[in-house]
This record gives sequence, structure tokens and C-alpha cells, in this order.
Amino acid sequence: MEIFGISTALLGSQLLVGLINGSFYAILSLGLAIIFGLLNIINFAHGAQYMMGAFVAWIALTRFGINYWAALIVAPLIVGFVGVLIERLMLRRLYKLDHLYGLLLTFGLALIFEGIFRDQFGISGESYEVPELLSGGVNLGFMFLPIYRAWVIVASLTVCFGTWYMIERTKLGAYLRAGTENSAMVQALGINVPLLITFTYGYGVALAAFAGVLAAPIFQVNPLMGSNLIIVVFAVVVIGGMGSIMGSILTGLGLGLIEGLTRVIYPEASSVVVFVIMVIVLLVRPAGLFGKS
Amino acid sequence: MNAPVSFAESKLPLLLGALFVIGLIAPFAVYPTFLMKILCYALFACAFNLLLGFAGLLSFGHAAFLGTAGYVCGMMVRDVGVTPEVGILAGTVAAGLLGWLFGWLAIKRTGIYFAMITLALAQMVFFLAIQIKETGGEDGLQGVPRGHLFGLLDLSDNIAMYYLVFAIFCFGFFVIYRTIHSPFGQILKAIRENEPRAISLGYDVAKFKLIAFIISAALAGMAGATKTLVFQLASLSDVHWHASGEVVLMTLLGGLGTILGPVVGAATIVTLQTQMPDSVGSWVTVIMGVIFVICVLSFRRGIVGELQALIKRSGVN
Repeated sequence: MEIFGISTALLGSQLLVGLINGSFYAILSLGLAIIFGLLNIINFAHGAQYMMGAFVAWIALTRFGINYWAALIVAPLIVGFVGVLIERLMLRRLYKLDHLYGLLLTFGLALIFEGIFRDQFGISGESYEVPELLSGGVNLGFMFLPIYRAWVIVASLTVCFGTWYMIERTKLGAYLRAGTENSAMVQALGINVPLLITFTYGYGVALAAFAGVLAAPIFQVNPLMGSNLIIVVFAVVVIGGMGSIMGSILTGLGLGLIEGLTRVIYPEASSVVVFVIMVIVLLVRPAGLFGKS
Repeated sequence: MNAPVSFAESKLPLLLGALFVIGLIAPFAVYPTFLMKILCYALFACAFNLLLGFAGLLSFGHAAFLGTAGYVCGMMVRDVGVTPEVGILAGTVAAGLLGWLFGWLAIKRTGIYFAMITLALAQMVFFLAIQIKETGGEDGLQGVPRGHLFGLLDLSDNIAMYYLVFAIFCFGFFVIYRTIHSPFGQILKAIRENEPRAISLGYDVAKFKLIAFIISAALAGMAGATKTLVFQLASLSDVHWHASGEVVLMTLLGGLGTILGPVVGAATIVTLQTQMPDSVGSWVTVIMGVIFVICVLSFRRGIVGELQALIKRSGVN
């Protein structure tokens, strides 16, 4: 079967890759947006924390025999705990300063994490086997769908929408939204804002680590996997604007699909298409698609 | 500014004069290539500092200007066959034009978004540099001849090359010094301190930011083009985001918003990188990261800023 001279198998598989990348963009930009909302900093270490999630899963499997399903819970907890420590020990001292210092600090942390893992594991990358339950695939007639890839999309969308529900519909989310609007007022009403901030940063970091575990069986587990991704996610965040949770999710998915489509139509442009869209959005709607100007 | 001129500022011409003399005799005491590397990065950091230290704009994509100018200069000198000064000029102009484009896009947003936009645009340049044939991909442009300055002076001699680099650095430094101490520079500081107020005073803030961005980009390009001639190589690592991060670190370590800070920071980092034994390997990245974290947490004034504060406190005035 062909559409406009492009085989549906090729189109389907590239759109699937696009959707998977889009799911990662969505989870990561969602985490960045939540952290930015309350802490007013951009977490440059987000890519490194995603990489750490993947590595914790890989180490857990190869050294301690902890399987994929446990790693899906354990890795975000461990990396999230590292995030909590970072917030308590370092970021906390910077809230009164220019927001750019938060960006610089987390950039330094990203270099540290990346350097340590590169020293320990090299840059060739380690492979992580697809768990047995999710191996194999189904033939959809027009294309072959590996089950694990379908699982990644389902799992990340579930987490994304779960997070959205938690923030928009629960009491805790209400505190968080109130803290984003006016943290001094929320503090005055007797809510422990510093704790809320710590929890928020930890949760954002855990989301990145969760994405890392999901990514481990698809991509090579590599110390540089995060830094390559995070810059694209920054562009995604500029395009979407960080004002809306749902906006981050939809922008991430949409851009992943566009990227996949570009890979079919004009492969040479696929690595820059997100940046080109960013430029167009800046010209047409500088505040971002979902941003408040 | 009505504040009394501080000791550090009143003695600055004297200090600069002393440094100039040291710069003149240095190649006879220290390995010239090492000095040239420091001077190239010092100019790069000074150009960056003009933007962050005096206009308050954090560009996380300055590697794009360094690298692009390097490629343009390398192609002009090696493939077109122009003389080195024309190559450097071409690189500088190319970086300035790119800076115009990037600046025009990035100043549509402020603060953290500004940093992310410049980073993303620079990453686009990086991807293009990998894909385009003319830049040599991962290998970069190799074997760029240093040539003869104005067709006369042979630059393959390291001492001759050094004095050219030193002259270029002094020119760039002078441009930045004059910019900072001009009414234009004062308005930049006003924008940094309180942008809404600068707007309400009737200044076209966007125009001032854009001009500062173009000057900064062009000078960063001048550093990149010169660096290409020194090492006879335009490399892909110069457009990588690591280079953008490095220049932030040099400026921060030396002293943000001070005249000499970026020079001190660049000299420190380059020395550190050169002197570190090969065995440390990827620990270089870790050490850079640690310096970053320490600077941000408890050394925000940087080396020069701390020294100035120390002199002020000891009451010399």
C-alpha cells in the first residue's frame, strides 16, 4: 500500500517512532513545566536525570537482578531522592537570586553527572533487554508493531495524564497551583511551602527518571543520551510555553509526530525541524502556543 | 553614577598598561600557542560578558558564533585563498550577521526563555555543521594555512602569529571597553537593572539589546576566526553546546560584569584544561561542573569581583 508514493509501512513505522519520541518530549517537558511553575528555575539537569534513570535500571538488572517492572518504580524513587537532596542542599539557597543562577547550577550538575557516568561506563552505550512480557510484536496488516513500543506510548501517556489529573483535580494539586500563583500567600495560609517545593522538584526529577527507564530498552543506555535530548525538549518548551500542563503534553506529542513525518518526507531536515518550528512560533506567537503573554 | 570611583577603577588604566606590557613580552617566557589559546578564549569570554555582565542577557548559544566564524574563516583562507586578515574579517562579519538573526529572534523573550532559545538556535547550527559537506562533519576543516598577513608577513612563525592574535585581542578588548564606558553602555546597564523603567524613559530597549547582541556575536566570531588560524583547524567542538557552557563558566569564574574577569577566567580554565594529565579523562567534565556549582553557590562575584570587594573592604580608596 502506498500514500503519495510513500509506503504505509514506512509511514507507519516512522510515525510510531515519532509518537515514541513525542511521549518522551511530553514527559520531560511536563517535568520541566511543573518545576518551573513553582521554583521558577529551568532544570538543566533534567536530561542527566533521565539518563540516570536509564542507568539505575540497567545497573539494577545487571548487578542486582532487579527486573524491569521493579526498576520502573525503584529508579524514579532513587533518582527522585537525589533530586530532593539537590533541592534541599543547593537550589534552596538560590531562590532569592536571579532565576538564571538556578539554570547555571543545574547545568553544572548536569556536567558532573554526565562526566561521572562517562568515566564509569564509557560512551559506547549498554543495551537493556526488552522484558519478556513485552517482547515480540503484532502485525497490523499495514505495519509491524513491536509490543514494547506500544507499551512505552501507553505508559508515558498514562503517567502524563495521571500527573495532569493530580495537579488539576486533587487537593495536593490545588496547593501546587496556588503556590505557583502566589507562594507567600499560600505559606501564610498555613501550608508548608518549602516542603511542597521539595516534593515538586523531586517529582519532576522522578518523571525524568521514569522516562529514562522506559527509554532504556529502545535506545542504548548511554551517558550522553540525556544531553542530546534535553536541548530539543527546551525548544519544545519554548514552542508550547510553560503555562499549561496539558499544553506541554500536547506540544510534546505533536512535535514528535511532526518530526517522524519529516523523517519520511525529507530525512535531512528531521534533526532541525523542531528548531525551525520554534523560530516560526517565536515570530507568530512569541509567548508560545499555550503560554500566557 | 555618583558613587565615588573605587580604588580598583581608578587604578584600572595603570593595571591595563601593566598587563599590556606583560602581553608584549610573554611569548618569550611562555609557549606562544598556549598564550594564543588563552587570548582567543579571553576575547570570546569578554564578548560574552558584554552581553551577560552588562546587558543581563544570558546567551547559551555563543558557540554558534565562535564556530561559524571559524568555519567561514577556514573556508575563505583555505579554499578561496584570501589573506588571513580578510579571512578573520569574513568570519567576524558572518558571526555578526548570524548574531543579528539570533538576537532578533531571541530578544522576543526574556530571562530563562532567552537562554533556551539561544541554546536551541545554536544546536540547529551544530546539526547543520554535521550535515553540510563543506564543514567536513566530524573532522572539521583541517589544514587551514596561516598564510601571509597583508600578503607580506609570514604567520607560520609562532611569534609573528602571537603578535597578530595579541593585536586582535587588544582591539576587541578596546571595543568592549569603549562600549561599556559609553552612553550606550550606561543604557545597557539601565536595562539590566530595571527594564520597565528604561522603557518608560523612552528607550527602545529591543534595539539596544539587539545592538549589544550583534557586537557580542561579532567579537565572539573574531575570536573563533582567529582561533582557526592559530590551530589551522575549524572544529565541530567549537559549535557544540559544551563550548557555550565553557564561556559561561569562564565569565562566571573570573567575575561577571567586571572588565578583566573574563580574561582571568579564560586564563584559569584554559590552564586547567591544558595542565590536567590525560589520565583524568572524562573527569575534566566533572571538574568543570564542580567549579560551576561552587561559583554559583558561594563564589558569585568571581575571582576579580572578590578581589575588588577585598580591596574595597581593606579601605584603600
